[in-house]
This record gives sequence, C-alpha cells and structure tokens, in this order.
Amino acid sequence: MTPGESLVTTGVAVRPAEPGDEVAGVAPRWVATPETTGEAALVMRAAADHGLAVTPVGGGTKLSWGHPPARCDLVLDTRRLARVLEHEAGDLVARVQAGITADALAAALGAAGQRLALDFTTGGSTVGGALATAAAGPGRLRHGTARDLLIGVTVVLADGTVARAGGKVVKNVAGYDLGKLFTGSLGTLGLITEATFRLHPLPTARAWITATSPGPGVVAAVARLATSPLEPSAIELDSPGVRAPVTVAALVEGVAAGERAEDAARLLGDTARISADPPAWWGRLPGQAAPGAGPAGYLLELRVPPAAAVTAPAAAGRAAGAAGLDAHIRGSAATCVLYAALPPDTPPGAAEIFVTSLRTELSAAGGRLVVWTAPPEAARIDRFGPVGSAALMRRVKERFDPEGRMSPGRLTGGAARAGA
Amino acid sequence: MTTGPAALPGLTARLLELLGPGGVITDPVRLRTYECDGLTYHRATPGVVVLPETAAQVAAVVRACHETGTPFVARGSGTGLSGGALPRTDGVLIVTSRMRRILELDIPNRRAVVEPGVTNLAISEAARPYGYYYAPDPSSQQICTIGGNVAENSGGAHCLKHGFTVNHVLAIELVTPEGDIVTLDAMDPGYDLLGAFIGSEGTLGIATKVTVRLSREPETVTTLLAAFPDVESGGVAVSAVIGAGVLPAAIEMMDALAIEAAEAAVRCDYPPGAGAVLIVELDGPAAEVAHEFAQVERLCRESGAFEMRVADDPARRAAIWKGRKSAFAAVGRISPAYLVQDGVVPRTALPAVLAGIEELSARYGIRVANVFHAGDGNLHPLVLFDDAEEGAAERAEIVSGEILDLCLRYGGSITGEHGVGVDKSRYMPKMFTAEELDTMQLVRCAFDPAGLSNPGKIFPTPRLCGEAPGVRKGVHPLVASGEADLF
Repeated sequence: MTPGESLVTTGVAVRPAEPGDEVAGVAPRWVATPETTGEAALVMRAAADHGLAVTPVGGGTKLSWGHPPARCDLVLDTRRLARVLEHEAGDLVARVQAGITADALAAALGAAGQRLALDFTTGGSTVGGALATAAAGPGRLRHGTARDLLIGVTVVLADGTVARAGGKVVKNVAGYDLGKLFTGSLGTLGLITEATFRLHPLPTARAWITATSPGPGVVAAVARLATSPLEPSAIELDSPGVRAPVTVAALVEGVAAGERAEDAARLLGDTARISADPPAWWGRLPGQAAPGAGPAGYLLELRVPPAAAVTAPAAAGRAAGAAGLDAHIRGSAATCVLYAALPPDTPPGAAEIFVTSLRTELSAAGGRLVVWTAPPEAARIDRFGPVGSAALMRRVKERFDPEGRMSPGRLTGGAARAGA
Repeated sequence: MTTGPAALPGLTARLLELLGPGGVITDPVRLRTYECDGLTYHRATPGVVVLPETAAQVAAVVRACHETGTPFVARGSGTGLSGGALPRTDGVLIVTSRMRRILELDIPNRRAVVEPGVTNLAISEAARPYGYYYAPDPSSQQICTIGGNVAENSGGAHCLKHGFTVNHVLAIELVTPEGDIVTLDAMDPGYDLLGAFIGSEGTLGIATKVTVRLSREPETVTTLLAAFPDVESGGVAVSAVIGAGVLPAAIEMMDALAIEAAEAAVRCDYPPGAGAVLIVELDGPAAEVAHEFAQVERLCRESGAFEMRVADDPARRAAIWKGRKSAFAAVGRISPAYLVQDGVVPRTALPAVLAGIEELSARYGIRVANVFHAGDGNLHPLVLFDDAEEGAAERAEIVSGEILDLCLRYGGSITGEHGVGVDKSRYMPKMFTAEELDTMQLVRCAFDPAGLSNPGKIFPTPRLCGEAPGVRKGVHPLVASGEADLF
C-alpha cells in the first residue's frame, strides 16, 4: 500500500495538499483533519508505518515560528478538533479539544461567567497552538502562562500512542507532568489533541491606566506599580520605534477596579489616563499587519529578570541604532517578556548584528533572546541562542520521536546545520 | 570496576575520599536515623549516607554511583508522606541538610537563590523585612526543605489562589543521574523541562540550587472562621463562594471528628456544637478584600453558619489556624493509630465523595476524620484505628485504599500534594493506562537511562530504558552521521 492509500484507509478525512498548505514555506503532500483523538491516533499510526514526517497545524497564526520543518509529508490540521468536551462551571475546569480557537472558547466559557485567563496574542489562534508555542499575553503577570493554567493533556505520540497526563483537578501530583513538557515543544514531541485548563471567573470590572512619556521615566514607574500592593493583572509596554515615546498601560480587575486604577495612575505619573477599554495595541504582537496575520518580518522575544526590564527597551534601542535599524518593542513590562519586531526588508546582516549584540547584552543580565520568526534569507541567524539544557531536551526528543518525524528541526538545529 | 550491590564497600571508600569522614555515615546505628521519612511504615536502612556541602560534591557522589551502577536517593528533612525519600539498602542516601545557605536575596529581581536544604519558611523569613514572601506554604513549612518541595511540587493551604511550587520556581540547578550539573531555567525556549522536573519525586536528578520567585506581601489578609451544623452545609457555602466568583487564598474544612481531635490536642476553642468548621482566608488589595469578605460572610450565613469569627491581625489569625494546622498530629489524641490519605476530587463531587467515605467508615467500622482543602477538592481523610485490635490495621488500609478508588471514580487523583512515592505506586495503573505509564517512562529514560535516581518510586514496574515501547526503527541516519540535530 502506498502512504496515500494507507492514510485513506484510516477512514479519517485526508486530502492531497494544495497551495496554501505550506508550513513555513515547506509543502506537505497530504493534509489530515481528524475530529477525535482516536482518529488522530489512526492517522499518526499510518504515518509511522510509512516513515512520514508530520507537522501539527492549528489556526496557522504562528506557523512561521521556529525554523521551517526539515521535512513535512503530512500536515495534521487540528481545526476540526474544536469542541468543548467538559465544562463544569462549579469546578472552574474545562476540557477542550486542541483545535478550538481562542474566540470560540471565550464564547463558550463566557456564557457561564468564566474565562481561560490566557491571552492569545494573535486572532484565530487555537488552544493547541498556544500550548505548542508557549505563547502568552498581558495576563501572564497575574495568572501565569499556558503552563500554569494547564492541568491535564492528551497527546498522540509519533507512533500513534495515546497518552494522557494530569487530570481535571487543580491539585494533582500523580506522575510526570507531560503537559508542561509539551508546552513550548513546537510540535516536535507529538500532537496535542486535548487540554484541560483551570478557569477563572470573569472580572466584575476592569480599568486600564495608560501613560506615555518620551523618556525612560514611565518605564521606571513599572517597577513601582509591579511591586505595589495594588496587584495589577497586567502591565504592558509599547515603544513603536527607537526614538518614539514609550507608552505603559496597566490593567486592574475586580469590584474595586475604579478605585485601584486611581492609585495606579498616581504611580504611573502625570500623563496617566484611566479608561474602560484597552489601548488598540493591547495583547497584540508588534509587527503584525492585522490581527490574525502572522508577523511578516523578524519577531524577537526578549526575556529578562525584572531589574533589567527597565533597561531592556533602551538596550534594544541602542542595539538597533548600532545596526542602523529601527525596532518596534512591545510586551509585558513587569513579567519582563518583551517582543521586538523588525521590518521584513531589514537586511539579514544587520538583523544578525542586532540579534548577536542584544543577546550578548541580555545574557549578561541573565536574560535570553529568541528569534521566533525571520525571513528565509536570514537562515543563518541563531534563533535560540545557547540553552543550558539543550542536551537534555535533545534526549527527550530522541525518546519521544526516535525517527525524527515530528516537525523535525523546528525547535533548534538550524544553527548547528548552518555552522557545520 | 565492580558494579551493582557488591560495589557498595568500594564505593564507600571512594565517597570517604570525596567527602571526608565527616561527610559519610556508615555506622549502622546512625544509618538507622535515616531509615524512613514521614511515612514511617515503610523502612529501609540506607547502605551509606552522605552529607555533601556543595553541588560539586553531589555531582561527584552521583557520578560515582553512576559508574558503579549504585542506586541513590536524595533526602531533605524527611517530612515527605509518601515514602518518596525511602532509602535503598543497596544504595546511597544523599542528605542535603548541610546545603542550607540562602545564596542570594535579590529584591530588585523579586527572587531568592537558595540551596536545596533551606527550609520553606526560612525563605519567607529572609524576605519579609523587604515586604516579600515565598508563596507555597506546605503545613510542614517550618521544617521541610525547598529541595523536597521541588521533588513533590508542594502546595499548601494557600495554593488555591497562589499556586504550587511549579508556579514559583524560576530556575533549578540540578545534578543529572549521570552526574552532570545542568541548569533548567524558565526563560529557556523549548520543552518545559523545569516544569517536568518539579514534582518528579527525585527520579530525574537532584536539585542543588533553586531560584524561587518572591511575592509581594498582600495589602490585606482577612480570615473567617465559620461554624456549621454539618459538613453538608459547609460544602454548600464553599460552592456558593466559588460560584460567586470569589477566589479566596484558602478555604479549609474540618469535620466534627477532626475538630474533636484538635480541641483535645491544642484547645483551639472552635465554636461548640459545630459539625464542621470552614476557614476562609482572603488576601489582596484592601478594597477588593473588603467587598469579597462581605460576600463570603453573607454566603456562609445563608448556607447555615451559626457562628462566625473574623481575624485581620496576625495573632487572631494564628488562633483560627491553630486547630487546622495541628489536626494531623492531633488525631493521635483520639486514636492510637491512623493513616493519612491524600486524594483529590473535582470540587462539585465533594458532597458525594464525603458521603461515600461515611459509608465506607460505617461498613468497615473504622472512624474517618476529614480535614481538607475544600477550595481545590484535596481531601485528607484521617483513617483512625486501634493497632492493638486484631484486623483493624488491615481494615483501615482497605478503607484508605477504597477512598482513593472513590476519588478516581469521580474524576479525581490519587495524590494532591503528598506524592506517589513508594506508597501509591501500585495505584498508578488505576489512574493511568499502560501506554500512559510507558510514555512517562520516556521522560525517565531521557534523564536517567540507567534508572538509578530514586528507583522504585512513582512507577509500579519500571521498564528498562532499552525496552521502551512503541515503533522503533533506530536513530535517524542524519542524526547518526552528525549532520543534523533534529528536534
């Protein structure tokens, strides 16, 4: 039987790939759209029988993240895995299929006055994609990231094995937490088909406090707010260019949001304004043409310890200036995860200088720099930089996917190949 | 080189070279000090005990174990309740009690870097003058170590709102089971190995340095003690509070038998006639807490609370918590022996599961006192028995086990915070399929292919890593040739 025949005999919806199915420029041969974990397992087993390389795809909003896959025969499209399987409001827990979009999930949970306190930084994102990329938005200050909200997971391994870990209770220490392992794995360990999350009640009231200043003054105020007993839910920063003014916006949630917003405004200084709605850029990655569109150019993630958060935007500005570039910086000022976008027409050489010099500076402060997206001509750029646990990660990969068929090469490896 | 159990004498000589006589215990009497952890009915005298002072020493010891095929177990204060630090008679017990320095208190970065033997409470005490604390607070926090907290992913009464160890650890330096020193950092891109390591009960290596997040002390803490005629009405109040969208820092419940024990032990002076007491603690911005507290009081009253006490200063708060915190030890006053169980159920299943426990208690003639984290469904039934009575211990074991079955039937877990250890490994196949257990073994095999790090814990029948299940067709040729590094 040919691989195509094998896939068809699974009975799962499989079609030949068409233009538009490419994963970061790599064209697959088939696209499968399972509706259940069992169906996904059948497809994965058929793929294993023929040594096919598989890439899971959700809403496709972060398909350009990481290196392009080294091989991709079969795209496993999760968008028909889109149901809420269980939602017990009294338990503040929901079990959902991985292909459900952020909007659909918010609508389903909102009906019960609840939410998954995870911001999806691009419209149309799926739960599975958010887990695989470990992406998070402003709410990470108060509620943590996907890993902190995930309490159970069902995965299908490269050989078709179905494994579930965790459960549907918030407090649980039985066995290894495979959900954490798969968070941030970029589809390289297997396919996430279901996820169980702890939920939070929708806040009674919300208020945003926004302040803009030309210099670093308003950035310095971030630390005052972050360490105040006001417990803001988020503190975000937006700096559209190296010489542009910086805006800081904070969110307070709760019955007394209005009252607390006034205290927060005092901490953010004279330019602070209170509003019932977020600024237009809130919760969106910089460099996006429109909500839902992936970044067209370079998207960098800067992670630093809190004390360096005040200086990181300026450091990025300096590094950009030295490379003759401009950078748009935006992100979570208090949790110190910032994104920097460079335009698509940035010369790869200049981008590389920028990445290298900024990474060196951030590393000295205990930080990291990750290049999530870059145009194909910038393949030489070291996307992930040094990772202390890379050898252990490689061993985990070899155990879970010994044939190297799951999104091979997406997470790392490009640098090793380029350097060889 | 000798390997296996016969290697121990030779290995001990090498350990003496590495750590000196002061760092190695071989005297049989002193070895017995370490024969169990907080779960005293599993006992094994360790082959040899070492007391390293540095990560380099831990790495040297582990490397020596790896080279000789000798199993090793790490131990902090030994407060674990699942036999997770039970030693091996044929192995090395690595005790971290001499690694208890707070290396760095980094207030601008809101973190502390500590050695694994530092106690949980010591971190908060060091940070308190600056207005910070370390949030996860297991009941044993005065004595338990952060290394043990990492191994067990410890929580505590306040994890309902503030989360567990895994939510508050930023980085861990560990010694891998092969003796390498590696740092797992929350900032690293890629697999969340830090998250997988925390709660792995010492089976993936030994933490030698832990960077924890420090949290700002809340503006206000208010504690309510509410007395109910019975557990059912207390349960209604818990559901009402959660249903109203209030997320308390803690919601704890004790039933009549637990209250009786606490009164006998510490005279906590809880309201007379209470069939259940609920402790609800709220923390956060004063304006929010004031509003939520009014809601909680109203909901408790509507659910049948007949007496309520409020504390907003540390002394009165301590008085309210006194009974709850002493409950485990206190049952010793009303029963010659007892088992502490640790199961979890979805919160909405609490009434049904508590009724089920009562039924088990009646059927087997075994009293069960209930103390639990009501907010997150984590039950700690104390199964009381008289060890002088023939067959009572066996019946208590049966009741204790059937309570876990009950938890699983309602979609819960066999452990919420005490861990699987040796004690519950036999229940793992009830909670997970063979495929799921095999998948977890893939993680184990990646970290510890020789299976030497705390063997015999968590998993009932560990496989050899060479026998890992599934389709295996060898290493990819490109990887084998060194041309690619795919993952």
